Amino acid sequence: MSVSVQVEDFDVAQEMNNLRLGQTDVGAIALFVGCVRDLNEGLDVSAMTLEHYPEMTQRCLEAIVVEAKGRFEIKGARVIHRVGTLYPTDQIVMVAVSSKHRGQAFDACEFIMDYLKTQAPFWKKENTPQGNRWVESRDSDTQAAQRWVQPAQSS
Amino acid sequence: MTITLKYFASLREQLNCEQETLVLPVQGFTAESLRQHLIDRGEPYASALAHNRAVRVAVNFDVVAPGFEIPDQAEVAFFPPVTGG
Repeated sequence: MSVSVQVEDFDVAQEMNNLRLGQTDVGAIALFVGCVRDLNEGLDVSAMTLEHYPEMTQRCLEAIVVEAKGRFEIKGARVIHRVGTLYPTDQIVMVAVSSKHRGQAFDACEFIMDYLKTQAPFWKKENTPQGNRWVESRDSDTQAAQRWVQPAQSS
Repeated sequence: MTITLKYFASLREQLNCEQETLVLPVQGFTAESLRQHLIDRGEPYASALAHNRAVRVAVNFDVVAPGFEIPDQAEVAFFPPVTGG
């Protein structure tokens, strides 16, 4: 289980191999990569800057991975999130999860991504022809995270 | 009691401040009453932290509810809803 917050780019093939090699009981790896788009809310985006809260980010992502491990039968997980200035087509984020079977891998990967988007302290600022603007949070992201909320256990 | 305040993203820009040390005359501040205390300073705090704006508060690196009581020496961060990923 590991989490990295970094300026540098990452190698998806390398990361996937790290989850697979020597792991004879891993039957499935689900891997998501988020990239910078050149269009958002109707404006061209030439670059974006990702700000974060360093003392909180790592610990928040680690807590999300621990939560995922408690909910799903997964073997390994790797989360990488970049910060700093990024350009269209750049990779921003990767979530990779290994498991015996694909169902748990798909679910855990989506769970981590949904929680990351609504809880981890990152903020995007886009450069557009009309100036720089902070990206607004989306209700659809909140709704996506809501579906993982478990009903309270009755004793 | 003494606390450290941090501001991020659009709030940091609006307040033109990343970090400050704040000495509070009494104990017992909650996340919400601290926010009000800052609003009472006037502009730019009044606009940046206005109650109709979505503002998250983290105390010692965990997001807390409005009623959370802030301990002495805490690091308290104010920021807008997150937009990573």
